Amino acid sequence: MRATAVRMGLLALPLVFFALFFAYPVAAIVGRGLTDGGHWQFGRLTAVLGDPDILHVLGFTLWQAAASTGLTLLVALPGAYVFARFDFPGKQLLRAVVTVPFVLPTVVVGSAFLALVGRGGLLDDLWGARLDTTVWAILLAHVFFNYAVVVRTVGGLWSQLDPRQEEAARVLGAGRFAAWRRVTLPALGPAVAAAALMVFLFTFTSFGVVQILGGPTFSTLEVEIYRQTADFLDLPTAAVLTVIQFVAVLGLLALHAWTVRRRETTLRLVDAARTAHRPRGGGQWALLWGTVAVIVVLLVAPLVVLVVRSFAGPDGYGTVFYTTLGSAASADSTFAVAPLDALWNSLAYGAAATAIALVVGGLAAAALTRRGGRLMRGLDALLMLPLGVSAVTVGFGFLITLDKPPLDLRSSWWLVPLAQALVGVPFVVRTMLPVLRAVDGRLREAAAVLGASPWRVWREVDLPMVRRALLIAAGFAFAVSLGEFGATVFIARPDHPTLPVAVARLLGRAGELNYGQAMALSTLLMVVCAGALLALERLRTDHSGEF
Amino acid sequence: MGHTSRTTTRRAAAAVAVAAVTMGGLAACDSSGGDAADAKTVTLVSHDSFNASKSVLADFEKQSGYKVRILKGGDAGKAVNQAILSKDNPQGDVFFGIDNTLLSRGLKAGVFAPYQAKGLDTVPDALQLDKAGHHVTPLDYGDTCVNYDRAYFAAHHLAPPKTFDDLIKPQYKNLLVTENSATSSPGLAFQLGTVAAYGQDGWQGYWKKLKANGVEVVDGWEQAYNERFSGSAAGKGKGDKPLVVSYASSPPVEVLGKKPEPKQAPTGVATGTCFRQIEFGGLLTGAKNEKGGKALLDFLLSRKFQEDMPLQMFVNPVRKDAAVPALFTKYGATIGKPATVAPETITAHREQWIKQWSSLVLK
Repeated sequence: MRATAVRMGLLALPLVFFALFFAYPVAAIVGRGLTDGGHWQFGRLTAVLGDPDILHVLGFTLWQAAASTGLTLLVALPGAYVFARFDFPGKQLLRAVVTVPFVLPTVVVGSAFLALVGRGGLLDDLWGARLDTTVWAILLAHVFFNYAVVVRTVGGLWSQLDPRQEEAARVLGAGRFAAWRRVTLPALGPAVAAAALMVFLFTFTSFGVVQILGGPTFSTLEVEIYRQTADFLDLPTAAVLTVIQFVAVLGLLALHAWTVRRRETTLRLVDAARTAHRPRGGGQWALLWGTVAVIVVLLVAPLVVLVVRSFAGPDGYGTVFYTTLGSAASADSTFAVAPLDALWNSLAYGAAATAIALVVGGLAAAALTRRGGRLMRGLDALLMLPLGVSAVTVGFGFLITLDKPPLDLRSSWWLVPLAQALVGVPFVVRTMLPVLRAVDGRLREAAAVLGASPWRVWREVDLPMVRRALLIAAGFAFAVSLGEFGATVFIARPDHPTLPVAVARLLGRAGELNYGQAMALSTLLMVVCAGALLALERLRTDHSGEF
Repeated sequence: MGHTSRTTTRRAAAAVAVAAVTMGGLAACDSSGGDAADAKTVTLVSHDSFNASKSVLADFEKQSGYKVRILKGGDAGKAVNQAILSKDNPQGDVFFGIDNTLLSRGLKAGVFAPYQAKGLDTVPDALQLDKAGHHVTPLDYGDTCVNYDRAYFAAHHLAPPKTFDDLIKPQYKNLLVTENSATSSPGLAFQLGTVAAYGQDGWQGYWKKLKANGVEVVDGWEQAYNERFSGSAAGKGKGDKPLVVSYASSPPVEVLGKKPEPKQAPTGVATGTCFRQIEFGGLLTGAKNEKGGKALLDFLLSRKFQEDMPLQMFVNPVRKDAAVPALFTKYGATIGKPATVAPETITAHREQWIKQWSSLVLK
């Protein structure tokens, strides 16, 4: 009884947040599209569903998301292992670097990918091969963006798994692979499923990557929703497409819940610092170097292209694009963004969004730790929904709902971090939940029996165990906020542009200077992201010896 | 079992209660919003491309006593649609940036309140598309045209194309890159130009020939111009297409900031391939600061703002008496007869034309 009350108390804030900033705006905009003069028009559903073009788009959307997810897992799981189990110089830096793609604007990344795999690109020069306008370019770019999701979510838990269990299995006669498959894999299951789910949802709503690298012949549901809403203002069709998107995402969430349900078990968690060691033997060294090679080819090469371009000035290499940022000819214009201002805006929004996501997501994760009935599982799934819903749907929903006091937030500074936190919360929940659920419930019970209050139990039992997950989650929420563009460009006040918004503004204009400055700002964005993540890594190691 | 179902019910009830309280709270504040609009602030709602000199805006603020707040709502289409969706409770007082391809939609939705801005008599009749109602005021215009790379055509001893007809000639095979009409505004403008030139029955035939002549379509202007066009400085000459759908103002922008100033822009404009976009502004229906909004509209049409505009947004002023900067006169092209399509016709056929174009060109 008391536990239920506590749980409801914990859930109150996440529920209000979710209802106000997601459910209500989305329901309002979908409702407007599906009603006519107060009457529901469900006939529209069947009309749109009967369109073979739409079915084709839906099919391609699901297919490319599934393929991207599979490929990302395939490429990134060995990476997760390497980061979890091996100690090597530069590990923290490398872990920060793989997260950098996450924050880059798709239009910038698209351009870097074209320079590598497109016409006249590196691949073309070396072997005469081109991947642009093929589905491979889309899939590779999705791996580029989502590598960190797998490495950080799975690696986070993996590094805290006690390796002695696998060793025990081997002592008892199991082969190396059998031991891994029967001991480690089941323990990792929930984290792998969580990572797969997030990658799927991200790629399911992919927009810029598909358009830029696939060319205009590929279209996803997200693109269709954007066009119907932002271009044609055909709200009925957009509403039907949003409902389809919803149904697909809900189906996926149900599948995820079903696969994970029986897998999440109490695990023996240990200090991450004790599980990592220097690679031993040829096989482990090969794995480490293989992972580094994959990271360099797939993740670092596109980043290097951007950095090189930011220094390739009109008169040879130099810093002209950096020194002219926000100064010179356009200084008197509202167009000019002082780079330090954009940087400051990005950091301020990022800090606020991270704080909101941690509080909301943390409370939700704490409440959902003990598996409950169907309703709890439903809530768990609902918190993931914002990842699978179009930014333009949420943005237009904000416009028609958050327009009256006391919630007149349309032009408020807070709308941006709130919208960004909506995407950050699922990351916080998904990173923390597997770890929280792995904590042995008997520890909590023992503490409670000894007279500790629920708050104290959480602080003294759960918190030390999840500190690592909490920091990973914070890193994600911050990176999401730093890179978020779809909703930000829509609602950000022009006097507070973020770095990605400033990049997009520059890219929208002709001229070498604008293009170079866009590359320079993108490089700045990378450095800030890597710096912030490194700082978080430092925090992480401060208190690692507690359990 | 019994225990589980009881707690579940309780939880469900609590969740519903939370949701109901939240929704109820929202419903309760419905329309009671009496936030006294700050009579000292006037809010301009626009799209991403709106820019002005800070000093020019400051002048207006000083003279009128109003502080200008600017809100930008994504690209032009998005910004207009946002204004339509929020017309019962507008975000600001004045909207800047609805063009002739979207105008009818905005007028039909009743987004704008009539007001005849000061100085309208200096604007040519051809630009005043709402002369009867004065719901919107023309504020700038610009043309979307095929740009060509001078170096390429000089090196190949080939005369650059001038008209739509030229683009389907064999000597220009595989040279043109354009943008997706469905996702890009210059792409759509180019398509509308062909509709104007060949009529509602003829444009599809023209595009079949253009496709046979190897036109390439990419998603957006950024890729077409920065990545594929060989004439843009951003592409460092690595682009493979010497013809691109861009703006009449792109050549001057290529020269901007170059020292020493070149004799000629590196790119030119095929003047017979232009489609004219006229941008309008208007007082929003239900503006909280109507008086300030009117003053702001007058200012947007004033010579001072009109002369500041070309180098801020790379568009042309609508006032006949506004001086155009030397950069434009020296490096820009004069478009004699741009193509136009009546706004009502565009609104009526927009979606259908884009659909037809997509299945014709992309599939």
